[in-house]
Amino acid sequence: MSTKTEKIDRLASLMQQHETTVGASLWREAFRRLKASKMAVIGAAIIGVFVVVAIVGPWVAPHSPSAQIWRGEVLVNQGEFVGARGENWFGLDHLGRDMFSRFLVGARQTLLVGVVSMLIGLVVGALIGVASGASATLGGRAGQRVDNVIMRFIDMMLSLPSLLLAVSIAAVMGQSLTTVMIAVGVVQIPIFARLLRGSMLAQGGSDYVLAAKALGVRKKRIVLTQILPNSLSPVIVQATLSLATAIIEAAALSYLGLGNPDPAVPEWGVMLSQAQRFFDNAPMMAVYPAVGIIITALGFTLLGEAMREALDPKLRG
Amino acid sequence: MPLLTVDELTVTFGGRGRTPSTAVDGVSFTVDQGQVVGLVGESGCGKSVTSLALMGLLPSKGVAIGGRADFEGEDLLALSPKRIRDMRGSQLAMIFQDPLSSLNPVVPIGVQVTEILQRHRGMKGEAARKEAAHLLDRVGIPDPTRRLKEYPHQLSGGMRQRALIAMAVACAPRLLIADEPTTALDVTIQAQILELLKELVDEEGTALLMITHDLGVVAGLCDQVNVLYAGRAVESADRRELFAHPTHPYAHGLLGSIPRLDAPRGEPLSPIRGSINDKIAWADGCAFAPRCDHYTMGCLTGTPELTAPRTEGHLVRCVNPVLPQNSAEDSDGAEDSDGAEDSDGAEDAEKEVPA
Amino acid sequence: MLRLVVRRLLQLIPTLLGLSVLLFLWLNRLPGGPASAILGERATEAEVARINRALGLDQPVYVQYGRFLKRIFELDLGTSVQTGQPVWDEFAVRFPATVELSLMAMAIAIAVGIPLGYLAAKRRGGWLDVAAVSGSLVGICIPVFFLALILKGIFAVNLGIFPSYGRFTTGIDATSVTGFAVLDGILTGEFDASWDAIMHLVLPAVTLASIPLAVIVRMTRASVLEVLGEDYVRTAESKGLQKRVVRARHVLRNAMLPVITAVGLLTGSLLSGAVLTESVFSFNGIGNFIRTAIDARDYPVLVGFIMFIAMVYVLINLLVDLAYSLIDPRVRVH
Repeated sequence: MSTKTEKIDRLASLMQQHETTVGASLWREAFRRLKASKMAVIGAAIIGVFVVVAIVGPWVAPHSPSAQIWRGEVLVNQGEFVGARGENWFGLDHLGRDMFSRFLVGARQTLLVGVVSMLIGLVVGALIGVASGASATLGGRAGQRVDNVIMRFIDMMLSLPSLLLAVSIAAVMGQSLTTVMIAVGVVQIPIFARLLRGSMLAQGGSDYVLAAKALGVRKKRIVLTQILPNSLSPVIVQATLSLATAIIEAAALSYLGLGNPDPAVPEWGVMLSQAQRFFDNAPMMAVYPAVGIIITALGFTLLGEAMREALDPKLRG
Repeated sequence: MPLLTVDELTVTFGGRGRTPSTAVDGVSFTVDQGQVVGLVGESGCGKSVTSLALMGLLPSKGVAIGGRADFEGEDLLALSPKRIRDMRGSQLAMIFQDPLSSLNPVVPIGVQVTEILQRHRGMKGEAARKEAAHLLDRVGIPDPTRRLKEYPHQLSGGMRQRALIAMAVACAPRLLIADEPTTALDVTIQAQILELLKELVDEEGTALLMITHDLGVVAGLCDQVNVLYAGRAVESADRRELFAHPTHPYAHGLLGSIPRLDAPRGEPLSPIRGSINDKIAWADGCAFAPRCDHYTMGCLTGTPELTAPRTEGHLVRCVNPVLPQNSAEDSDGAEDSDGAEDSDGAEDAEKEVPA
Repeated sequence: MLRLVVRRLLQLIPTLLGLSVLLFLWLNRLPGGPASAILGERATEAEVARINRALGLDQPVYVQYGRFLKRIFELDLGTSVQTGQPVWDEFAVRFPATVELSLMAMAIAIAVGIPLGYLAAKRRGGWLDVAAVSGSLVGICIPVFFLALILKGIFAVNLGIFPSYGRFTTGIDATSVTGFAVLDGILTGEFDASWDAIMHLVLPAVTLASIPLAVIVRMTRASVLEVLGEDYVRTAESKGLQKRVVRARHVLRNAMLPVITAVGLLTGSLLSGAVLTESVFSFNGIGNFIRTAIDARDYPVLVGFIMFIAMVYVLINLLVDLAYSLIDPRVRVH
């Protein structure tokens, strides 16, 4: 008997060395891979810093972002711009305002524009996508017709260059921050709609949905408990990537003169478009907000791409 | 003098920052001219990796290959990339498992056949096309001239595999490696393809290395059989000998797990328990021990040696092989074989079914 | 083939109809309506009423829409508020410039992007791969007009290698034959004019190419990586084919399929990139014209442009489909 237990113990100890981690859920596995990805870590770090700056920025800003404190100095200089110095880390703008304070306060506005417009696109797009996807997978022939009509409309929206679409919307609504957010958000709608519909359709054709149908699970329940949760991961990825595009597109709208005209609430896109007039004399005035935009957009892009890779089973290995 | 002698082939995968994993762990076997040799084992035992290593098709990065593979006086594993490229398709050829994904979807079948003729036999234009049609005809594809212009998706599964075989035999290679060539096909088509392979091998004197998990394929085709487990050959014998007297517990279990016409009605099949993931490192002992019903302490100390416990040329890598009672010398083995009083009695009953 | 073309052109009709409805509603929703857009915001009510009658705005909506549709159908896009010229004529004059710019940008993006993406995939994890991937990530994050400003500041203003604005230097522009400055120079034998036009194209084209280039690099890389793992590439290798045959016939021909689609979509989006790029370089194409139209709230021009872009976009898609069916036999069948 003793040799037998000994035999089993020895085998067990040898097998221990071969133990591999199996059975981690998709999400936990994805998170583990995300943590291992350099892209994701850098992206998350950038986003973290940006969010902190956006939250505390207005409180720690050394000067008022709108007060033209050094107006006189700028006028005396006659077109010579004041660069970085001890008092004004990023120098002054053309009206004698402190660029550093404007940069800090601008971060919040930029984040606000990005998040709100992404949410507009996400919520409306997701509703359309779910309606379309659900009717296509479970609505029978009539459902497919509904889906067809919706998708035609979505394709039409997609066929318009996003910038033009945004410009048209801004033209109706006039210049304001809200306009920019809605315009950029509307542009994102078809992307989310198409994405969610696409992945719902893919899920709808899968075996487990077929199994649920065969078991007589109610259609609404299949959509809510089976198809939808499994279709969400590409949407989350797209939401992250959309934050980047939203920030860039908002800057483009500002450049086209459709941004927020209110000087008291600076936003990086507006700051950049104001600075371009003085680019030849004071390039740094444009560089600060531009670098802010680029790095923030890069942060969201990095995280989004890393998430896409982590969630794509095809890229595993 | 064998055509191909594989000696202690090892393949270890492991790029940067990954724990290395050994897929092939010292496989040795030989293939004689015109012989059909089977490489048998369940998925994950390293049989496909062995074939890719011989063809020089493993990626150059992140893979360490050891051992030798002598083919007509050259070591396949040590050849320059240029030399092995010259040999692939002309001296060595390979047929893969899934005929649809193995054919380029956007290139006509004709081009995929003629390109190899152009490469190795210097044939061009009309001559190459004629030869390609001839090849398709030879592997049993009707109306070959029309098929040459078609694309893979327009062909049936069996037809695609025939086309791949036509490409493989286009330059009359000395050695043909077939990696599960019938797994993706319907049963009726499987038989046809095997028949075709047999015919080609007989006519051309080509040696065939048949990689499969299907013992039926082995029984119908192979002269010599190597059973692989966890990257190592555990038993090697000629086909009759192996089917008559499977001696390694794993081979024994494999044969015991297929349905037989001569078995009594209602008798349950006896699968091998566990999966290939339940293993220990060969360096620690026999990798099959965790799934083996009669492992001993001796199985758990170091790699077992290849021995010939039954007859000359029937090699088995086992400390405690399955031997018929009368010829059993090993006391442990004898105890296991007739040990109805042993805890594994139920399993033993089936072992007595004559093979 | 012909059937595919006809079918796609028929599919264009509902899209354009839907778009026209949207644009019509949009025009009516404009602050103050078209009348105040024309007259400005200080128009008296009498004036507005007069304009409304003149424009037929006092009639029922469906009549107005019918008229709107009829005009679009006749390619009458109205009159530009800025210039007083027909919108269509304004486009026709400027279109060659934008086409020239877009073609050059796309040529740069394809010529650099596809080889770069391929090499990055082949040497996955190497320095070239890391550089290509991070470069393209940064590329899509730079606002186009900022890149334009930077390039202009460095290469035109400071280094003086390239001209900083316009399509050609006054005085050495070629006699206009086609409206395409480079082509005109070649046709009339004024090669110095062609060269001058090319020099003027470089900076705007590089700017405009930035986003398509980034997308093409990433797309090609991903696609090549996927194809390299395909069984048929292994088959091709097992046949001992020459490397260049494996690369061209087996890897690239398959890997290019998704890239072609991307190139089509990107070509459509170049037009909106042109709005930003052309204005920084004062490059007198459609983009620059639209930029001023936005400032001037020149709605007929904007509406016409959107209609125009939608048509261009659908036609490009058609071309992509045709190209696709030429390479991929699986699409050809049905």
